[in-house]
Amino acid sequence: MQQDIAVIGIGLSRWGELWEQSLRDIFVESALHAIKDSGVDHIDSMYVGSMSPGLFNNQEHLAALLADYLGVGSIPSTRVESACASGGLAMKMACLDIMSGTSEIVLAGGVEKMTDVDTDGATLALASAADYAYEVYQGVTFPGLYAMIARMHMDKYGTTEQQLAEVAVKNHLHGSMNSMAQFPQKINVDAVLNSVVIADPLHILDCSPITDGAAAVILCSAEKARQLKLHPQIRISGLGHATDTMALHSREDITALSAVEKAGITALKMSGKKIDDIDLFEVHDCFTIAEICILEALGLFPKGKGGNAAASGKTRFDGPMPVNTSGGLKAKGHPVGATGIAQIVEIVTQLREQAGERQVKNARVGLTQNMGGSGGSCLVHILEAV
Amino acid sequence: MAIPEYWREIKHRYKLEAGKCKSCGYIVFPMRLICPKCQNQDFDSINLSREGTLITYSVIRVASSRFVNQAPFAVGIVELKEGVRILSQITDCNINELKSGMKMQVEFRRIFDDGSSGVINYGYKCVPM
Ligand SMILES: [Zn+2]
Repeated sequence: MQQDIAVIGIGLSRWGELWEQSLRDIFVESALHAIKDSGVDHIDSMYVGSMSPGLFNNQEHLAALLADYLGVGSIPSTRVESACASGGLAMKMACLDIMSGTSEIVLAGGVEKMTDVDTDGATLALASAADYAYEVYQGVTFPGLYAMIARMHMDKYGTTEQQLAEVAVKNHLHGSMNSMAQFPQKINVDAVLNSVVIADPLHILDCSPITDGAAAVILCSAEKARQLKLHPQIRISGLGHATDTMALHSREDITALSAVEKAGITALKMSGKKIDDIDLFEVHDCFTIAEICILEALGLFPKGKGGNAAASGKTRFDGPMPVNTSGGLKAKGHPVGATGIAQIVEIVTQLREQAGERQVKNARVGLTQNMGGSGGSCLVHILEAV
Repeated sequence: MAIPEYWREIKHRYKLEAGKCKSCGYIVFPMRLICPKCQNQDFDSINLSREGTLITYSVIRVASSRFVNQAPFAVGIVELKEGVRILSQITDCNINELKSGMKMQVEFRRIFDDGSSGVINYGYKCVPM
């Protein structure tokens, strides 16, 4: 990066079905944790990712609402949206704000309050991340889109339903070691395969849940962080951002997530790292098949060979390339706008060696990959312990 | 669905009207202003053929409220003869016997109703040949 940025504070709200808390409550809860963790006495600006408060809560204009309820007076506040990659986008915009010299200390947050509508309302709101006129109009759902990716991966590369299930089993194992996870229970392959089918071949246990939750981090220049000296330094050394066709059917290869590939290459190049230099990954496993395709797009596995990643144990927290040590979207929960920031929170926790039972040994460099829609947008960040 | 929104999609949904780039020959569906392959802005208007091949598919078992009375139903991505792909429901078929590579015919069908006083929404669905 042109200028080093440091992550000096992290915070999560409680995650789950939080009927007693509002959108603004959960955001403020996460932001207060992050501010307290950083030790700063003020923030200069804030960026918040949220996919669809309009559809979930009949509330737009979050920028002003959340700054108001955070009690930070008149600071510049911006809400950004890129479907389920809104959190990752807030992270990027906060970095650019610091790099431009406009702000010194910036909060990057994400929030989604999804249970103020029923499951049907949530399904419709999430569907707005697909092409409304040419996908949703025909009756397809988000699980349906990823199911078609899975079907093609199975037809083309011989990937099996068991291999998909292994991704869920692995991420629930990780989630069982994370006190913040919405679904911390361990599951086995049979439980996944015997769970109700949502869209063939995806079962409900192949899908990430509906979650209320928020996440926040505090960023500043590396120089400022050295003055504050509250934590071991965590530096953001690379970021990548790319888009792909909106409609899944417009892609030449339905199983190739080219926005992921491009954002990954950009971020690695910026940080001067190779994919083999990364010690751990938080990736966007909105569905089990997504994790498989993402690992292939990032270059961790050759095209078509990602199916066995989880089953082989390679992507377990104690394996050679740990993926989703937090439990991933699958077990930790997926409040869509908050996910991209929560991934940063997990990597920072690991790089600070504060991840407890699920701690990855010798974790020095981590990568987050946050994705919108069926892969129409993607953000990748690389973080390093200094 | 609002009437203007419905009306302006008729050429795509009823007639499969597409654009063929005058510069590189790439076919866009629906019609666009700019070719995504060569950025040219001149297109010939063509109607897509109504035959294609199933590329991938799923059976939607948990549908949104608009489609809940149709579930379970099949959806798929179909590549038409011209190489253009569309996503649509696969209907008049045994949902347990779908296979990638099956030949499909595109038909004009009812997609969903907007309740008792709303418009009936039509469009294309695919049927195995
Ligand atoms: Zn062209």
